[in-house]
Amino acid sequence: MNLLCEIGNGALSVTATLTGIGLVFAALLIAKLISPKSYSVRKAEPYECGIPTRGASMIQFKAGYYIFAILFLLFDVEVVFLYPWATVMRSLGPTGILCIGIFMFVLIMGLAYAWRKGALKWE
Amino acid sequence: MFDFGKWTSAFNEWLLGSGMADWLAVLIECVIIAVMILGVYTVLALFYILYERKLCAWFQCRLGPMRVGRWGLLQVFADMFKILIKELICLKGTDRFLFKLAPYLVITSSVVMLACLPWGNGLQIIDWNIGIFFVLAVSSVGVLGILLAGWSSNNKYTLIGAMRSGAQMVSYEISLGLAIMTIVVLAGTMDISQLVAEQADAWFLFKGHIPAIIAFIIYVIAATAETNRGPFDLPEAEHELTAGYHTEYSGIHFGFFYLAEYLNLFIVSGIASLMFLGGWMPLHVPGWEGFNHVMDFIPSPVWFILKAFFISFIIIWFKWTFPRVRIDQLLSFEWKYLMPFALANLLLMTVFVALGWHF
Repeated sequence: MNLLCEIGNGALSVTATLTGIGLVFAALLIAKLISPKSYSVRKAEPYECGIPTRGASMIQFKAGYYIFAILFLLFDVEVVFLYPWATVMRSLGPTGILCIGIFMFVLIMGLAYAWRKGALKWE
Repeated sequence: MFDFGKWTSAFNEWLLGSGMADWLAVLIECVIIAVMILGVYTVLALFYILYERKLCAWFQCRLGPMRVGRWGLLQVFADMFKILIKELICLKGTDRFLFKLAPYLVITSSVVMLACLPWGNGLQIIDWNIGIFFVLAVSSVGVLGILLAGWSSNNKYTLIGAMRSGAQMVSYEISLGLAIMTIVVLAGTMDISQLVAEQADAWFLFKGHIPAIIAFIIYVIAATAETNRGPFDLPEAEHELTAGYHTEYSGIHFGFFYLAEYLNLFIVSGIASLMFLGGWMPLHVPGWEGFNHVMDFIPSPVWFILKAFFISFIIIWFKWTFPRVRIDQLLSFEWKYLMPFALANLLLMTVFVALGWHF
């Protein structure tokens, strides 16, 4: 059901990726050709509500976000594991459902543990 | 339904039969496809900008853009040219390489996702057998672009905006994935063309009744958060962060993020129409032969595009109905309510499918 099935999905994905890159590149080229250029020290300063920036901006950041990132990693891997199962679920029968039930139970216990420990609380 | 695959395969045979080398024919086809993707991308972006502005105006009892062209139809072209002639400013202290890499990642991921959508009968470009999973995987690349944009700008507002955006997008991606997986359990396939073909007799929203409807609601909420819109537009909370992760981008650099945001809105709506509302399949009611026959006369791309516009309409509507949430409310809503609900719904769907309670 491909648009042109002889080409193959790999080549088509590469085509789409190159199209995206080409779009950005071409638009930037046009903008570079027709846009004005000027430079001044004031203009090159970062905009922070008009106040001069204090200290470095690329700094170490609040830990609240990284706990969510780790939880995301756990559950995203879970989602990756579940997709193949979801596809072949009907042919696996009751055994497959039982196995995935145990897998999900362990994961939900993990979520409950994180919840209990206060990892989901924003401080 | 008319099969557009006939045209494309006829064109392919003509090209191969005209005596040129095989690699040249493939190259020509790839170039044609690239031009088509570019055309659709640009037209959709221009249309969506006008669509949103007109809808916002309508919700607020305004007229919206009216001056440029009739009913303001040419406003988007004026905006596009204005944004093209703006200066590209690269600030002191920015990480140049990452700063310029970020728009490439954001735009490329949305272009590849656009190429995966089923536009009509036989009108689909990329069709992996893991189609919908591929789309989800590519959508994660866009988050990287946003994080890079915020980090490389050397500005505390952009950093906070990008981190919020990252936390929000990765969190809601799980609910999004689980809602889609609920439908994969029902369909038993991840292939996009087969997913559409499965819905020939009835759409999945009706086939899977209760769990499918819950999954649809979860999907629409998660998709709103994924596209940083509506009540979940924290990354760009104007009064807190000026403009979020793209504060320091100017001219067309900013335009890319703007473009990708609207295209992502179309793409999540397109996936919703593909997974729940039957993709390009017309509305069929089992038993109503005459009604089904009349519905078949409407061309398949019209069905797909109208369904996607309808979902986008709902998502735009959210923005003007709900107040913006706080970041802690946002994350606890996802982790404490939406995700456990999505997991429970997945189990419910498994039970329904195992017992054969779906249609």
